Formats: sequence, structure tokens, C-alpha cells
Amino acid sequence: MKITLQNVTKKFPSRNKKVREDVIAVNNFDFEIPDGKLIGLLGPSGCGKSTALNLLCGLLNPTEGRIFFGDDDVTNLPAENRGVGMVFQNYALYPHLTVKKNIMFPLENLKGAEKMTKEAMEAKALEAARLVQIDGLMERKPSELSGGQQQRVAIARALVKVPKVLLLDEPLSNLDARLRLQTREEIRRIQKETGVTTIFVTHDQEEAMSISDQIVVMEAGVIQQIGKPQDVYDDPKNLFVAKFLGTPPINVFNGRIEKDGLWIGQDKLFDIAAPDGIQIADQPVTIGIRPEGFILGEGDGGALTFSLTEVEVMGRDITVVSAHPDCQNVEIRSIISSENREEVEALMEKTGTASAVRFDVKPHKVHIFSTETGQRIYFTAK
Amino acid sequence: MTRPTDFETIEKKARLRSRSIKTVTYALLAIWAIVVLFPFYWMLLTSVKSYSAYSSEYVPKFYTLAPTFQNYVDAFTTVPLADYFLNTVIFTVATTAMMLVVTVLAAFAFARLDFRGKDLAFTLFLALMMIPSELVIITNFVTITDLELRNTFMGLILPSVTSVFYIYLLRENFAQIPDELYYAAKVDGTSDLKYLTKVMIPICRPTIITITILKVIECWNSYVWPRLITDEEAYFLVSNGIQEIRENGFGRENIPAMMAAVVVISVPLIIIFLIFHKKIMEGVARGGTKG
Amino acid sequence: MERNNMKAWLYLLPAILFLGAFLVYPLIDVFIYSFEEGYNSASQTYHGVGLYNYSYVLHDPYFLQAVKNTFILVIFTVPISTGLALLISAGLNSIKKLKELFQTVFFLPYVTNTLAVGLVFMILFKKTPYSDGLMNLILGLFGMGPVDFIDGPYWAKMFVLCFYTVWVVMPFKILILTSALASVKQDYYNAAKIDGTSRLRTFTRITLPMISPSLFYLIITGFIGAFKAYSDAVALFGTNLNAAEMNTIVGYVYDMLYGNSGGYPSYASAAAIILFSIVLTITCINLLISRKHVHYS
Repeated sequence: MKITLQNVTKKFPSRNKKVREDVIAVNNFDFEIPDGKLIGLLGPSGCGKSTALNLLCGLLNPTEGRIFFGDDDVTNLPAENRGVGMVFQNYALYPHLTVKKNIMFPLENLKGAEKMTKEAMEAKALEAARLVQIDGLMERKPSELSGGQQQRVAIARALVKVPKVLLLDEPLSNLDARLRLQTREEIRRIQKETGVTTIFVTHDQEEAMSISDQIVVMEAGVIQQIGKPQDVYDDPKNLFVAKFLGTPPINVFNGRIEKDGLWIGQDKLFDIAAPDGIQIADQPVTIGIRPEGFILGEGDGGALTFSLTEVEVMGRDITVVSAHPDCQNVEIRSIISSENREEVEALMEKTGTASAVRFDVKPHKVHIFSTETGQRIYFTAK
Repeated sequence: MTRPTDFETIEKKARLRSRSIKTVTYALLAIWAIVVLFPFYWMLLTSVKSYSAYSSEYVPKFYTLAPTFQNYVDAFTTVPLADYFLNTVIFTVATTAMMLVVTVLAAFAFARLDFRGKDLAFTLFLALMMIPSELVIITNFVTITDLELRNTFMGLILPSVTSVFYIYLLRENFAQIPDELYYAAKVDGTSDLKYLTKVMIPICRPTIITITILKVIECWNSYVWPRLITDEEAYFLVSNGIQEIRENGFGRENIPAMMAAVVVISVPLIIIFLIFHKKIMEGVARGGTKG
Repeated sequence: MERNNMKAWLYLLPAILFLGAFLVYPLIDVFIYSFEEGYNSASQTYHGVGLYNYSYVLHDPYFLQAVKNTFILVIFTVPISTGLALLISAGLNSIKKLKELFQTVFFLPYVTNTLAVGLVFMILFKKTPYSDGLMNLILGLFGMGPVDFIDGPYWAKMFVLCFYTVWVVMPFKILILTSALASVKQDYYNAAKIDGTSRLRTFTRITLPMISPSLFYLIITGFIGAFKAYSDAVALFGTNLNAAEMNTIVGYVYDMLYGNSGGYPSYASAAAIILFSIVLTITCINLLISRKHVHYS
């Protein structure tokens, strides 16, 4: 089922009595979710992503705009008539019912021509349970299950009535780290198997990046960027998106454009021009450099000089931790190949801590943003 | 599956249904509010109708155009309502004060001190909560009679003092105070009693206020024990006082004067309730039952 | 920590004295009384030990009347008050505006003097030569004849007693059920809504099981409370309940102890023990039933 949002806005009356202005939780959402895809709705907590989910499932009605499932306008349709399945953050499994009864619950609500016999319901429930691999736990109560198992029951309950759309609210936040990895693969697998359009909400960018076909990054009720995870990562539209995606996070510097050159402090990275070859005006800019965008300078070479604080060797890569007065982050993290290990360790030994380390940068891992607006300034390196 | 054409009807129906459910809900709540409030209104209304006006109304009126306070004057002059009132205040204050001392001391011992047999003693205490007062009242009646304490305040007060439930409630609250505070006070050379009065009681003030109010309500409304233990009017409390008024005062039929007396004895608790309703409801919700 | 044996018992002493004298000793003594035949409270003597007191009480028509009244009261008021409280609490829980006002108003009867307000109920229901009373006025609107609810037929008196008892016990039940309902997480309702569950089914399949511990607590305390009814009856019908045919078991106990029948602690004890055997039995049955139907999380 394709989902279309047209200028959807949700305002809440302000709780603060002094401020009369409404709180805009979702501001002018206007996009299309293609049929059968897994979409990650990503943003920091309080950005309105749960509100967006509640608008889709019908627990809330939008203040403005329209929502379509396929060609059907469902904007004000009550939740019970929308045919969506939802997995709540704390699963909302009925504690007094067994796993089987929980999964069968949505089926028992069907009326009229859709009404099912008990045997048919049990067969359906078992089918859903098999899909999420909990068919051996059907007679247990939710309190006798682990967090991961509860999660699966919740997914089975949401899937059993074959929903048009599956919604998941922070599906992994209540699981421990190991289970989280496992479960997110599981969600991916189940989505692929059923082919149901699935939207999940998360504040964890890694989670969203790893399994989504598309991510929607939002902040303060406004969509920042929509696209394939890798595209958004490689080509962020603004500073917020650049900072929000990626671990370790992007290194952000106060820099400037001066006479076609890109500068951080006394160091010049390289010469730049606008994509169409025109000169970019001199101005202060914010420069983001991805940790993997650094190359250790050979000998005394290297455009950037940082003071070295620590080296973390982790198998495949080395993380060089350093500092620079113009860096907005607490520390600069650069990830380089472990082939450079001897050189780096020599650097550490030669001059001890707080010594200088020099880097060159890969231009496509460097993003420039307007300091004023945070918007991306596109360029080509010369 | 519903077709797109049906959507509007579904939406309309849903809106209509939720609106009508809301209306029914408010109607139900309003009806019950009237059932609850009406007796109070009637009590107030009747108490300001003059005796002659009341008696001449074959069909009772829901309002009065000539309110009078004569009934209140009568209530205090014809029958010893002021005495009942004063007795109840004395009984309530004395009982509540003694209850507080006994409860605080016992709760402190259970929460703070460590002694042999503590767990057993506390379990036995809790078991006492199950004893129905109707069973023990028989022997208490005989005991008080034998001690020749009938028609005395001592006889009224003594058996009403302790409540296991309040000891339990306060102990739970005391036990939440971190041990570190106690050790710190000990290091500073504070005695146990001083620690109790200067630290624990101030910290647990909300609970102490709650049990005080609950006990006051309980005392003010107590009927069974006062009725058994007093037959001299000089020691009547408001509950058996009002019963006496009903059966022997005002020449039986002076309903407005009776209602004035009822208003007078109801007002103090209603005022306390209006001030402390949050605390009272919270305290009762934590396990109190009608005393 | 050092042990403060002496000191601790000193702190406990007042409580122990009071509880010992007025709770523990009487509990034991009441059993002894109930088996002492022919006890005379003036001379404090008795002339035998046996079950005569029980036999006397069980053959006393006043006691049998009291048992009948009490059972009728229990059978009507417990289900009605619990059901009504559930309905009202569910209503309270579904609204936002005026919620606190309604809650406060509904709790008001809890803090009022049972005897005093009972008097108001009496005049609302009483039929006198001067006036049929307000209740009869309302009945008249529906074409029903005037009935004296206070001195009239048995069913009418029973009706008022049940009505007043419900009025008195509602605040506690509404309070407990409202907080139980409020503690059911909204997510469960949202989940049910998305799955298209009807309101009725949501209530019976989700709400009721979730609040079943509170509901069950109310049913048990409701039974116990209704079996111990007394003040409500006095408030409506005066102290001579036997004459009004409106006595309750507890009323019978007190009347035996003192008042018109004049001082028979042995009979009173026997009656009280019979009452609490009944209460205990019913409570045990309740507990057994609850094992099957109550969900404790």
C-alpha cells in the first residue's frame, strides 16, 4: 500500500498558559512512501516522530493536510477502520492473556463477512507466530517471556490480520545491545517476507541506517531530508543531518572560504569552486569532515595539523584522537587504515602526547555549510 | 474491505457515536452528583425554613423565600447541641493526640530500631488488623463497665486510641528515610528521641497529617462505642446526640430544627474535607476503610 | 547495628498496652464468654460451660430476623454498589473537563456523619400526616401511590436501607476503582483501538481483567462491610430496630449487650462469633473464586 502525505500538519494547544502559541509537532509533511518498503522515521527525541506515527495509525487527526492509503483518503478515518498494525514501544501485550490469545485478539474483532471460526483464527495465529519464530511459546503469559520474545509477539499480533501498513514505535529501544542487532535483522527479514509497507520510528541513526530502504530525518517537526540511507549519509542537505548521521559523529570545524581556498585556522585544505566553476564568495563557514575522510600525512606533509591525544588500535582500523582550537567537537576522531599503525605509534613515542599529527583530507568526505543557515554549500575541489 | 465511498459515512458515524457516548457519560455523572448533593441541599434548605412554613407544605417546596436562622438558635438552646459539640471536640482531640503519640513511637521502633523478635512482633501487629471491632467491643464494654468508666471521657477515649493500620502506614513511610541520615545524626551525638522529633517527623509530615485527618473523621463520626458506653446526656457525642435529638428532642416533629442540628454537626468535617480533599482521598485510597 | 532491645520495647510499650487491653484480650475473652452459660454481668458468675448461648441465639426470632435482613442487604447492596461504582468510575476516567470536581463531589458522603445524613434520608422518604414527603412526590409523578418508607411495609423499609447503604459505600468504591482504571496504560487501549476492538469488548476483555485485583478487593471488603451494617439502619429507623423489624446482626449483638434487652454479653458473644463465621466462610469462598478469575500482575 502506497502512503501519501499532503501538507500534513499537527498542532497541539500550548500547555504553558502564558504562551498562547500552539506547539507544532508535525509541520507540513509532504511526501510519498512507496509500496512494500521499509521506512525509518529518524530524529532526536521530542522531534514529533511519534506524533507522525500516531497520525498515520489514526490515534490522532491532523490539524491540516490529507493522508492517503493508496487512493483512499483516510485523513479522519478512525484507527479501527484503517487496517494498520502497530507495535508499541513497550509492546502493550495484554498481560492477562497467553501469547496465543494475544495474537488472536485482533482476529476476534472481525465482524460480518470477515468473521472467522475459532479453528481458522488459531491457524492464522500459528502462522503469524511461525513467521516470527515463537510458535513454541503459544501458551505462555507475556511476563514469562524475555524482552526479545515479547517484541516478536507484538509483531505477530500486528501482522496477524494482514495489515495494509505496519507501524513500529521505537521497536528496539527496550532491548539490550546484543538483542537489538539480532532483532533489527529480524524485522528486516519479516518485512521482506511479508512485503507489507512498514514504517518505524527511532532515535538511533545506526538502527535506521542499517535496515531501512529509505530514511526520513526530522527535527523539531520539520523534515530535514528523505532518501536512501547511504545517499543521505554521503550527501547531507544541512548541518543537522550531517551531525545526526554517523558514528563516530562528523568532525565539525569553524572555518572560512577565502580567495577560493578552504581554511581552518592557519591551515588551508584545498582550493574550491562552485559546481558550475564560479567563484564562491568569501565567508565564514562550518566545515564537517567525516572520520574516514582523513589520510595520514606522509613525512612532514599534510594540510591539517592537530595536537595528538590518543591512538586507539582496533583491528581493521586505527582511531586517532586529536584536538584543534577551531573544532566544535570535544575531540577530533579520525579513522585510518591499520597499515599506518607503525607510523602513528612512532609519532606517539617520538614526542609523547600533545604532539602534532598531520592529515590530508578526501574532498568528498568534506562538507561545507553556511554558518548562518546551516545549509549545505556545494563545491568542487580543485 | 471498505470501499472509498463508505469512508465518509464511517467517519460521520464514528464522530456521532463518540459524541453521544460523551453526552451519556456526562449525564450519568451529573445524575449521580445530584443524588450525592441533593440530601445536603435538602438539609440546608429545610434548616432555614420556619417550622410553620415547613409544616404547612404538604407538597415540599424546593426553595424558600423567607429563610430564617431561628432553627439554629433553637438547636443550640432547646437541646444541648453545644455540649454534644464540645464533647465531640474533646473526644476527637484527645483520642487523635494519644493515637499520634502511640503510633509515632511504635512506628519508630519498627522502622528504625533493631531488636530481638522484631519480625515476629511486626507480623503479629499486622495480623491484628484483621480483628473486627465488632468482636472485641463486647469485652471492652464489660471491661469499661467493670472499671466504672462508663459515662466518662476515659471510657470513651481509651479503647478508641490505637489503630494498627496507621502504625503500619507510618512505619512504611519512616522506613523510606535513608539510613545514612540516622548514622550521620548518631555521629553528631543526636539521641534517638531527638532524631525522631527533629528529623523523621518533619520528613514524614504529609503522612502524619493524613492519618491525623483520617482519625479526626473517624472520631467525629463514631457512633457505636459512644452509644454503648454513655447513657448520660452530659457525655453524648454528636452521633448519639443527634439520635437523642431525633427521638426525644424538639418534640419529635420539628424537622427544620433537627436539620439545623444536622447542618451544624456536618459542617466541620465538610470544611476539613474541602481544604484537605486531596490528602484525604489519597490516604483513603492507600487502604483506609470507613472507620 | 547495635541492638536496643530494652529501648525498642519501651517505644512499643504504649501500643502494646492499648492493643493488648482493647484488642487481643477481648478477642480471646469473647470466645470464653460465648461458652459460659448463664453468665451474670452484675455478679460475674456463670453456672456451666457449653453451647447453650449459641442455641439460644439461633432460636431467637429477633436474631433470625436480623440474619434475614443482613443477608438481603448484602445480596442487594454489594453487586449494585460495585456495579454502579464501576460505571461511574469508567465515566469519570473517560472525561477531562470537570473530572476533579466530580471526583470531589462523589467522595463527599465518605466524610459525613452517617447518623446525621441518615436523618435527611429519613425525612426525604418518610410519609407523615402533614406531608407525603419528597420521595412520594416523585413516585406520584409516575402514578405510583404514596408509600411510607420508614414506618410502612417491609419491602419499602428494606429499599430505603439498601439505597442509603449504597449511597454511603459508593465514595470508597469510586475512589478505588477510579485509581485502578487510571493505572491501566493508555497503550493497551490504543493497541485495542488499532485492532478495531469495540468499546464493550475492550472493557470486558482488557479493562476488567486489568483492574480485577482492585475490583475483587472491593467485593471482599464490600461483603464484610455489608455484613457488619448497623449505623445506617439506626440512622433511618431509630435505635429500636427490633420493633421496626429492621435489625441487623451487629445491631442484635449491641442490643444484647446493652439497651432494651439489658446486658447479656454471652449471647452477644455467641451472635458475634456466628456473624464472623459467616463472614469468614464467605470471604474464603470469594478467595477461592478469585483464584480463577483475578489476574495479578
